[in-house]
Amino acid sequence: MLLVTCPYCGPRPEIEFRQAGEAHIARPAITCSDDEWADFLYMRDNHKGYMRERWRHVAGCGRFFNVVRHTVTDKFVASYKVGEEKPAIPAEAAAGPRVEIVR
Amino acid sequence: MHFSFFSLLRQAFAKHEGWPRQWRDPEPKPAYDAVIVGAGGHGLATAYYMAAEHGMRNIAVVEKGWLGGGNTGRNTTIIRSNYLWEESEALYDHALDIWQDLSQVLNYNVMYSARGVLMLAHTIHDVQVAKRHIHANRLAGIENEWLDPGQCKDFVPVLNLDPNIRYPIMGGALQRKGGVARHDAVAWGYARAASALGVDIIQNCEVKGIRRDASGAVCGLDTTRGMIATKKVGVVAAGHTSVLMQMAGVRMPLESYPLQALVSEPLKPIFPCVVMSNTIHAYISQSDKGDLVIGAGTDQYNSYSQTGGLHITQHTLDAICELFPMFRRVRMLRNWGGIVDVTPDRSPIIAKTPVPGLFVNCGWGTGGFKATPGSGHVFAHTVATGEPHRIAAPFTIERFKTGRLIDEAAAAAVAH
Ligand SMILES: Cc1cc2nc3c(=O)[nH]c(=O)nc-3n(C[C@H](O)[C@H](O)[C@H](O)COP(=O)(O)OP(=O)(O)OC[C@H]3O[C@@H](n4cnc5c(N)ncnc54)[C@H](O)[C@@H]3O)c2cc1C
Ligand SMILES: [Zn+2]
Repeated sequence: MLLVTCPYCGPRPEIEFRQAGEAHIARPAITCSDDEWADFLYMRDNHKGYMRERWRHVAGCGRFFNVVRHTVTDKFVASYKVGEEKPAIPAEAAAGPRVEIVR
Repeated sequence: MHFSFFSLLRQAFAKHEGWPRQWRDPEPKPAYDAVIVGAGGHGLATAYYMAAEHGMRNIAVVEKGWLGGGNTGRNTTIIRSNYLWEESEALYDHALDIWQDLSQVLNYNVMYSARGVLMLAHTIHDVQVAKRHIHANRLAGIENEWLDPGQCKDFVPVLNLDPNIRYPIMGGALQRKGGVARHDAVAWGYARAASALGVDIIQNCEVKGIRRDASGAVCGLDTTRGMIATKKVGVVAAGHTSVLMQMAGVRMPLESYPLQALVSEPLKPIFPCVVMSNTIHAYISQSDKGDLVIGAGTDQYNSYSQTGGLHITQHTLDAICELFPMFRRVRMLRNWGGIVDVTPDRSPIIAKTPVPGLFVNCGWGTGGFKATPGSGHVFAHTVATGEPHRIAAPFTIERFKTGRLIDEAAAAAVAH
């Protein structure tokens, strides 16, 4: 289980939260094309490395916030409120040792 | 070498020391007519049918690890075809048809065992959803039947019918033709048959880049074993599909999540079929070796870690212990994770892409093992002819633009 830091309540166990997908996806204007609308609704980076994502503290304060997490090590490096300036993405090395688990 | 009773007998007398290699281990050639990326069951089946049915022999499958080491070798092997929508029914039933005599066709025992898959209903809503599936399946000529709780108990004698448990059993949908197969044997069987037809299967060869020419079309792959020229690439990389498609500048409607499974110590035969419960994320069968094979749900966050949270498997085991109280004292032996690529409508993508020469077969998420033969068969057609096979035609990327989704999510969000 991950330890997730809510910027309002502090570190709490993952089961208090819901992950809400990639962050900073802006809703396009009502006049947008079908392509832009599909991008907004469905297309995701889903990349291997640092990811900015939204979480919601459903069983706590109920609020949405953003984090930076590495999608291979699952290590969180920042947690910030909606509207706050985005923290920089660290160099790959900050992700911690990359353990390739072979089973 | 042909497997038969006589070859077994001969080897038995030769102390089993004379079995030959089952597939070649070639060096990559500088160029191929087509290259499949990913030697999971789907990629290997694709290559096999490209060679066997479309006469393409100068082709390769490249794999970053060892063949079958991805989700193919990590899954709980549940096979069924009782999906809701016509498009899915056609696709999964096509696979179910091929499973019937796959061992004979490949001359390799994939241990397909039609022992029946029972999907439990625990709430009124579950009952309605299950019956809706049964009616939809009946219209499509797909076998699926309703069992009341007593009939469920007859089918699975160890089931707990106590009405006072957290998830009481209100009935279940049974597909008798459903069952399991041996996951490794599926990968090995296709690898052996494809290799015999001349397909090069190149392991320890990770694709690092997709090259495109001035017109934007695919012209080659950069791999850890050098550059390979080709005008056709089929990406069949499950959880890593987004990573590969990014190399060609294509963003996908996919998110990758860890999904876990675990097995117990071996027991004497006790569990005659497959039981699954979508509501509580528990999937269980007993392998021929005797261990209980148990599947859990996905974690809630994207990850490529190949490990999931322990609370996920604990939740599944809570449910298993309640449904089958006699398993409470069974010890678990091993637990592992795979990375599954999930689409917004929980249906796969088997399609051309905006990049000429680039094809993709992905989005099978938590439930693609059952489709392995059918998926390979229709995708081989798509790659070989450049146009989608009739059954694959609805499974485009464009459906997320037009809105013609194949929404299995509403009905079977996590179904295996
Ligand atoms: C725990 C678990 C339980 C499951 N249970 C079921 C079930 O009961 N029933 C069911 O139907 N389905 C189930 N599934 C889903 C099923 O396993 C998958 O849908 C299916 O096996 C996908 O097959 P594949 O061949 O597409 O992928 P894989 O077998 O994952 O093959 C993809 C291959 O691509 C390779 N690859 C990735 N990136 C690169 C690269 N850059 N270069 C070269 N190669 C690369 C990988 O190493 C891998 O071998 C389960 C999955 C998991 C994880
Ligand atoms: Zn909070």
